[in-house]
Amino acid sequence: MRATRGSRYGGTVILMLLTAWTLLPFASLFTAALHPSGTYPSGLSWPSHPQWGNFVQAFNVANMATIFKSSALIVLGVVPVTVLIAAMAGFALGQLRVRGGKLAFGLLLLGLTLPFEGIIVPLYYEVEHLGFLDTRWAIILPLIGLFMPFGVFWMRAHFVNVPSELTEAASIDGASTWQQFWGVHIPLARPALVSLAILTTVWTWNQFLLAVVLVNNPADRTMAGALGAFQGDWGTNVPLLSAGSLLILAPMILIYAVFQRQFLAALLQGAVKG
Amino acid sequence: MSEEVMVTSRRELRAGRSTLRARRGVARGYAGWVFLAPAMVAYGMFVLWPLITSIRYSLYNWDGVSTPHWVGLHNYATVFSDSTLLSVIGHSFQLIIYFSLIPVTLGLIVAALMRRVVTGKLGTVARTVLFLPQVVPLVAAGIAWNWVLSSNGALNQILSAVGLGGITRAWLGDFTFALPAVGVIGVWVLLGFCTVLMLVGMSKIDPALYEASQLDGAGPIREFFSITVPGLRQEIGVCVTVTVIAALSAFDIVYISTSGGPGTQTMVPGLEIYQLAFYNREVGLASALAVVLMVLVLICVLPIQWFVNRGGRQ
Repeated sequence: MRATRGSRYGGTVILMLLTAWTLLPFASLFTAALHPSGTYPSGLSWPSHPQWGNFVQAFNVANMATIFKSSALIVLGVVPVTVLIAAMAGFALGQLRVRGGKLAFGLLLLGLTLPFEGIIVPLYYEVEHLGFLDTRWAIILPLIGLFMPFGVFWMRAHFVNVPSELTEAASIDGASTWQQFWGVHIPLARPALVSLAILTTVWTWNQFLLAVVLVNNPADRTMAGALGAFQGDWGTNVPLLSAGSLLILAPMILIYAVFQRQFLAALLQGAVKG
Repeated sequence: MSEEVMVTSRRELRAGRSTLRARRGVARGYAGWVFLAPAMVAYGMFVLWPLITSIRYSLYNWDGVSTPHWVGLHNYATVFSDSTLLSVIGHSFQLIIYFSLIPVTLGLIVAALMRRVVTGKLGTVARTVLFLPQVVPLVAAGIAWNWVLSSNGALNQILSAVGLGGITRAWLGDFTFALPAVGVIGVWVLLGFCTVLMLVGMSKIDPALYEASQLDGAGPIREFFSITVPGLRQEIGVCVTVTVIAALSAFDIVYISTSGGPGTQTMVPGLEIYQLAFYNREVGLASALAVVLMVLVLICVLPIQWFVNRGGRQ
């Protein structure tokens, strides 16, 4: 490229500094996690005797196995249903073009900008009324609803671009609408479905507000919600808190490392189409 | 003879097709709602219904247990006259500087650097790392930064190392610096998102434009302002929208890092709604604040969308 040597040097320094700055909190957590439990380490310092056992201790005192299972159950409750009904609705709006679809889509768009705090208070009383308070359903069911604006929006954007000849060809073959959807359209929508599944998995795992408000027992919460409770209990023990936080971060970083390409593509396309 | 048969069969075929089309027309009319219904039911039950209920609650004085009392718009009057609540709303607008203005501007510059200046491995690594905060729970980000910004933390350590030991403090506990410190966490979370989005936008700009401007002798700065920025109108719009919503609805980070303190220096609407409803038992007032928050988000986001779309059509 045409960039001068000086600007390339300056640009390199800026990028390196920003990269270091982004990694700083992770590095700081990591070195703190290796200090003896209960001590007050200082900033970024490598301990003389790294206490790898802190990770085991944090795993045990935070009931990590239980909350990991709880998070996984919540993800399993939210993601498949969200992806399926969002795909069905996206198909109805993008391919079938149902009557009244514009109105339905408009209502959904309204929800795209909605801060969850806006409806958390009535949601609490609704969930209490339904008898789900303090159970995982209190997180699962509202999250499915809250993911609908983005999910339907995302799937509609996919189905709008599928040529309608495909549906016509299938219907001349005598396939019912459901057969067309399940046999022809779903297999073709795989990339869009996978992206939606990855995004909703991460958003569910990281969901904090619903967990804190609707579920009292950390053992029935999402990972992020449980981490909030863990901070409350162990906030003064910096090494242990750091070790626990890193354990809770790890699965998401792993997902990011594996699915990085789909991840970036999904988030960005979703944003641009929004 | 054979011709006649063909004509009839063609006619039959056409007739058959039109019944098919008619049948499909029915499917397109109403039967398709079978596909739309589950999503709309979930959305209606857990978004639209609570949304309407929020507005209803906001018109009552209610402690969550005893009989609610109708108070009309009184709760709204409180939101707009109580100095603490007004300052809480003010804080979220200050956060827009950190959550939106800085990440969008810096993201634009960093993306331009990655694309035009520092191409190659470092650029890829920086992109991957900068995006990382997007995937970790905000709670964890809050805990990590809580530690970095504490009196014994990495920031003060670095400041002391470069001879700025005099300004070290517990940043999140400082009356003046707590809100900017929360803002810095927001920059950290959102910079990668904006950068990567801008990169995608830049890849769509026609390279011929750059070649033409180089022939005209335009420098990199002029190129940036006359080609890159206008070409990214759509992406900038999206970045601003997403980050403004993040600023106005901040909750996780504030809850974990400061709980709104010291005093109410970092209290934001999201956290205030939570505390009013579940600790102070002022469900009506909390709901009024919630409605105000949602309206504020729309007031901020709709003009941005309008601006971006109008620009796109020109």
